[in-house]
Amino acid sequence: MGKKGIESLVGFFVLLGIAGLLFLALKAANLGSFTASSDTYSLTAKFDNIGGLKVRAPVRSAGVTVGRVASITLDPKTFQGVVRLDMQRSVQFPSDSSARILTSGLLGDQYVGLEAGAEEKALVAGDVIKQTQSAVVLESLISQFLFNKAADAGSAVPTPAPASGGKK
Amino acid sequence: MTNPLQRIGKVALEASRGLGHNATFFVDVLRNLPAALRRPYLVIAQVHAIGNLSLLIIMASGLAVGFVLALQSYYALVTYGASESLGLLVNLSLVRELGPVVTALLFAGRAGTSLTAEIGLMKAGEQLAAMEMMAIDPKSRVLAPRFIGGILAMPVLAVLFSAVGIMGAYVVAVKLIGVDAGNFWSIMQNGVDVWRDVGNGILKSIVFGVICTFVAVYQGYEAQATPEGVAHATTRTVVISSLSVLAMDFVLTALMFTHH
Amino acid sequence: MSSESSLQTKAEPPSADTLIDIDHVTFGYDASRTILNDVSLSFQRGKVTAILGGSGCGKTTLLRLIGGVHPVGRGTVRFDNEVVDARDKEQLFRLRRRLGMLFQFGALFTDLSVFENVAFPLREHTDLDDTMIRDIVLMKLNAVGLRGAAQLRISEISGGMARRVALARAIALDPELIMYDEPFAGLDPISMAVAANLIRTLNDTTGATSLIVSHDVQECFSICDYAYLLSSQGRVVAHGRPEQLNASEDPEVRQFIRGEPDGPVRFHYPARPLAEDLGVKA
Repeated sequence: MGKKGIESLVGFFVLLGIAGLLFLALKAANLGSFTASSDTYSLTAKFDNIGGLKVRAPVRSAGVTVGRVASITLDPKTFQGVVRLDMQRSVQFPSDSSARILTSGLLGDQYVGLEAGAEEKALVAGDVIKQTQSAVVLESLISQFLFNKAADAGSAVPTPAPASGGKK
Repeated sequence: MTNPLQRIGKVALEASRGLGHNATFFVDVLRNLPAALRRPYLVIAQVHAIGNLSLLIIMASGLAVGFVLALQSYYALVTYGASESLGLLVNLSLVRELGPVVTALLFAGRAGTSLTAEIGLMKAGEQLAAMEMMAIDPKSRVLAPRFIGGILAMPVLAVLFSAVGIMGAYVVAVKLIGVDAGNFWSIMQNGVDVWRDVGNGILKSIVFGVICTFVAVYQGYEAQATPEGVAHATTRTVVISSLSVLAMDFVLTALMFTHH
Repeated sequence: MSSESSLQTKAEPPSADTLIDIDHVTFGYDASRTILNDVSLSFQRGKVTAILGGSGCGKTTLLRLIGGVHPVGRGTVRFDNEVVDARDKEQLFRLRRRLGMLFQFGALFTDLSVFENVAFPLREHTDLDDTMIRDIVLMKLNAVGLRGAAQLRISEISGGMARRVALARAIALDPELIMYDEPFAGLDPISMAVAANLIRTLNDTTGATSLIVSHDVQECFSICDYAYLLSSQGRVVAHGRPEQLNASEDPEVRQFIRGEPDGPVRFHYPARPLAEDLGVKA
């Protein structure tokens, strides 16, 4: 096995590795579904509670992925969560669109759902989405549920019947 | 005669001395890395000996593991009506865990023992002593290129293991069982993050590469220059590499994949 | 004792002609066993000196100490009037380039060809280009009679040939000192004669100093100028020119030189009397 032979074999080995890596990255993972930053424009949305939203979570409208969460920070003045979104350049949204934080499936990962508004003017790069709805937090749900239950029970409490004799 | 406390103390001292020796040896090899890099052909020859020659067993094992994973996971998932997530499950299992770990174990068995035996036999044949007498540091000429070769080869092998495994799973899931091909890929793509999953998996395999190659090279260099000595050394290589990889895997998984 | 022979353990005083001087050296690999006990030897420039002795008496260890592989316990080893310090890596690097060592079984690099083995020290220590290296390698192989075998792999050559290749490798950088560790062990008579001839010729034509460690008295005496005899306790028993040693009256020297099975080195391992062992009344 000459020197040249071994070098070519090692080159082949490395190429094989790169091919495997590309396969894993593109076909088997989410790299293929757009990350080219030149194809995106930036929008911002502020939420009272971002729940379990993570960076790189999808932004979906009507169930179709149209963007990704680029960053999540806290606004030190308003104490709201500031979420920056990288949106696909091919899709424009009206300026009164609303953003909600939803959960995929019952207990799945959270994503940003965009609902298109009716305005003719579209959101451009750097715009802030005004209408937002925070994530549903399980504890609030439960306490809300219990509170409602308690309220119902309170208004439905029957006046004690004059059972054991005695006129009022 | 010697009371248990003395014995424990002796064992502890021996272990600590061994660890120290390992550490100084490791630093020694690291110090010789730049010299080895100035001789690319030596490193290339080692990547060939370690990587290329392991391709067959790694890819065959990857394929087999992919087949089995798909089969087993299907029966587990179909009870919950989640058989569409088969691709995702197989991918994550391979890329995060099985790829790096099983590759490392196979590596320790095939390439690790080969390295240990080769170096041990060189020592037995006085080749290392001859090099020293010629004012050439064997750590620089023999050990460092092999060390670099192993670290370069391991991630490539792990990636190939996972890739072939996924392809094998595809064949079983889509062609044999009948899972929908589109869903197989799309659910997988949605759930696997390149940086968090594939990237961390590669990081793991690099760490395992360092561990397995270092253990193999160390055991070979420190082997007793007799046939039994070399045999013991190769056994130690496999045992120590495997246990270290599994232990390190736990630590790395905890660091990388659990939410803090 | 004739005034000519110097068969005591007194060492010859080092002179400007001394290349290696070993001065009252005591050495052991670990604390429990001392291999060399207060030995003093000196090796003259340009001469072939033999170190004789039975197995385990420290002959090979002596070569390792000269090469700076281990630090000495007590005493000093001097190479060309410079004290050899096994801990000084730079000095060792400098000194080792001036010596070549022939290991007992050749210690050739099995993954390289014959040519590449001999070229190894040239590639590592010089900046010569490939054509120059090729010429030098072929000349060295020619000196040992193996120029035609240059392209063979190590697995393809015999033991005797391997040692000659190792010799060619040892002289590749034209060293001042060539050390031979058991060069005659396990060779057939022809190969032995070839080896002895080579050692002497090389020494004379290159002006190098040769040290032979061996227990083959006859071959060594046929080519060496001076010899030291070590005992199994790691001491110098006698030293002198071959004819002096041959004529010695010392029983230990005579037993070794003549190869007598019993003498100061006993045949029987220490044991009880035979009658006792067999349970027979004496």
